[in-house]
Amino acid sequence: MKPAFLSLGIESTAHTFGASIVSSDGKILSDVKDVYKPATGSGIHPREASRHHTTVAHAVIRDALEKGNIKSSEIEIISYSAGPGLGPCLRVGATVARTIALHLKRPLVPVNHAIGHIELGCLTTGSLDPVTLLVSGGHTMITAYNARKWRAFGETLDITAGQLLDQLGRHVGYSSPAGAVIERLAKESSRYLKLPYSVKGNDVSLSGILTASKRLLDQGEGIRDVCFSVQETAFAMLTEVTERAIAFLEKTEVLLTGGVAANSRLTDMLRSMCEERGVIFRVIPRNYAGDCGAQIAWSGALAFSSGVQVPVESSWVKQSWRFDGVEVPWRIVN
Amino acid sequence: MENRKLIKRGAEADLYSTEWFGRPAISKVRIKKKYRRKEIDNWIRAHRTLREARLMSKARSNWVSTPIIFFVDPLRGEIIMEEILGRRLKEVMEDISITELKRTFSGIGSMIGRLHKDGIIHGDLTTSNMILFNGMVYLIDFGLSIQSQRLEDMGMDLRLLKGVLSSAHSPVFKQAYKFLIGGYRTSTGSNATEHVLQVVEQIERRGRYARVD
Repeated sequence: MKPAFLSLGIESTAHTFGASIVSSDGKILSDVKDVYKPATGSGIHPREASRHHTTVAHAVIRDALEKGNIKSSEIEIISYSAGPGLGPCLRVGATVARTIALHLKRPLVPVNHAIGHIELGCLTTGSLDPVTLLVSGGHTMITAYNARKWRAFGETLDITAGQLLDQLGRHVGYSSPAGAVIERLAKESSRYLKLPYSVKGNDVSLSGILTASKRLLDQGEGIRDVCFSVQETAFAMLTEVTERAIAFLEKTEVLLTGGVAANSRLTDMLRSMCEERGVIFRVIPRNYAGDCGAQIAWSGALAFSSGVQVPVESSWVKQSWRFDGVEVPWRIVN
Repeated sequence: MENRKLIKRGAEADLYSTEWFGRPAISKVRIKKKYRRKEIDNWIRAHRTLREARLMSKARSNWVSTPIIFFVDPLRGEIIMEEILGRRLKEVMEDISITELKRTFSGIGSMIGRLHKDGIIHGDLTTSNMILFNGMVYLIDFGLSIQSQRLEDMGMDLRLLKGVLSSAHSPVFKQAYKFLIGGYRTSTGSNATEHVLQVVEQIERRGRYARVD
C-alpha cells in the first residue's frame, strides 16, 4: 500500500466557500468554511456569492492549513469542486485551486460535488455499500453503487427538498438556507393540512407542495402548521422512495447525507423505516452535512488514487454535471 | 385466512401465501408506516389498494397478463389475488440468453404499449414488478397506476423502466431497451412511439444537471 498523502479540498459550488485537508487514509485534519448570507428574504445571488468567495478564499485556506498544522509544501494534491453548481461560484474555487496547484507544482483533481457528499458520508459513518439519500439545496436523489458508478435509483422531478424549504422560507421573509427555521417552526405545531403527496415510481415531485403551501399561507393558515405539514408530507415521500430503493436493491444500509440531513424530523422518519425493515441507518454528522471542503478533499484523494487528475491548462468547471455519469473506480464493492 | 404464510416483504406491502376457495392465492397487505402521519398513511393505503385492484382488472380485460383479483378491502389495504408462479424478472436478468432477452422485452414493450393505448399508466415499471412464467411476463403492483391519455405520463412510465434498466441492469441495458421499444412499437405504431420517445428524451433533459452537451 502506498503511504498516505494529503489532499487540499476546495468547495465553492453555491453559498459555501470551504477548504479542508484530508489524508488519503481518511483522516480529516481540518475543515474550514465561510458561508455567504443572502439579504433577508432572498436566495443566493450567484454574483454576490462569488464575490463573497473571492473575499474569503485566502483566509479560509490559511485557516485550514493552520488548523491542520500543515505547511503548504506538505500538500500532495489540490482537489476542487468542478460541478454541479453556480457558474460564478465554481469559477472562483477553480481559479483558486489552479493557482495553488501551479504555485506548489501539485496535481489538480476535479471532483463532482454530489459524489463528494456521498463519499464523505461513507467515510464519516463507516458505511460501506449504502442506499444513499442525498438531500440538499442542489440535490434530492436516491443512489447506490453498482458497476463502477453511483447510480440514480430515484430523484426529484422538479425542485430539491432544500429548495422547497428555502423557497417556503423566502415566501415568509427568511433568507436561505431556511431549513433550520422551518424545522423549529414545525416543532411548534401538530395540525396537519393536506398537501399533495406525489410519488411517481421511484421519483418524487416536490413543486406541488411548494405551490400548495404558499397558497395555504396566503389564505391565512399559520406558518407553523404549514411548516409542519410540509415536513410531514415531503419527508414521508422521501422516506417512501428510499424504502422502495432498499427493497428493490436488497441492500442493508441506508445513508443520509447533504444539508437537509441536519433535519431531525427527516432522520426520525428514516430511522423508523430502517428499524421496521431491519436495516442499518446512518446519518452524516451535522457538521459535515452541508457543503464543506472535506467532501471535496476526501473524494479528490479517492479519485487521485485511481489516477484521476487534470492538467491546469485543460481544467474545467461544469454547472451541469450529473454524478451518475462519473466513474468511481475506487469503489471495490460488488 | 387460516393458513397465511408471509412470503415477502416488499417496500410497502407484505405478501402472504394463502388460499381462495381452494385456489392458491396471494394476499397483499399494505402495511401501516409508522414514519408517516396517520391521515396521510390511511389515505395512501386505501387509495392505492383501490387503484391497484381497479386498474389491474382493467388491464387484464385488455389482454395484459396480470393476476386475477379475488377480493379487495381498501380499509385494511388488502388485496387477495391469483398466485403467479415463476420468478421476478429482476432475479433472472443476468441469466437469460439474448434470445430470451429479446422475446421477454419485446413482450413487455408490446404489453406496455397496449396498456398505454387503453389509457392505463402503470406508474411503477420496475423489473421486480414483472414475473416471468413459462416465457410469459405478468405485470403486478398497480398501486401507483393512473388512467391517463397524456403523452407526458406515458413518457414517465417508459423513462422509469429505462432508468431501472440502466442503473440496476447496466450490462444488458442497451439491448433490453431496444427490444422494449421494438415491442412497444408493434402495439402502438411507429408514430405514437416516436412521440412518446421524444417525451422520454425531454424528461431526461429536464433532470437536474442533465444538460445534454
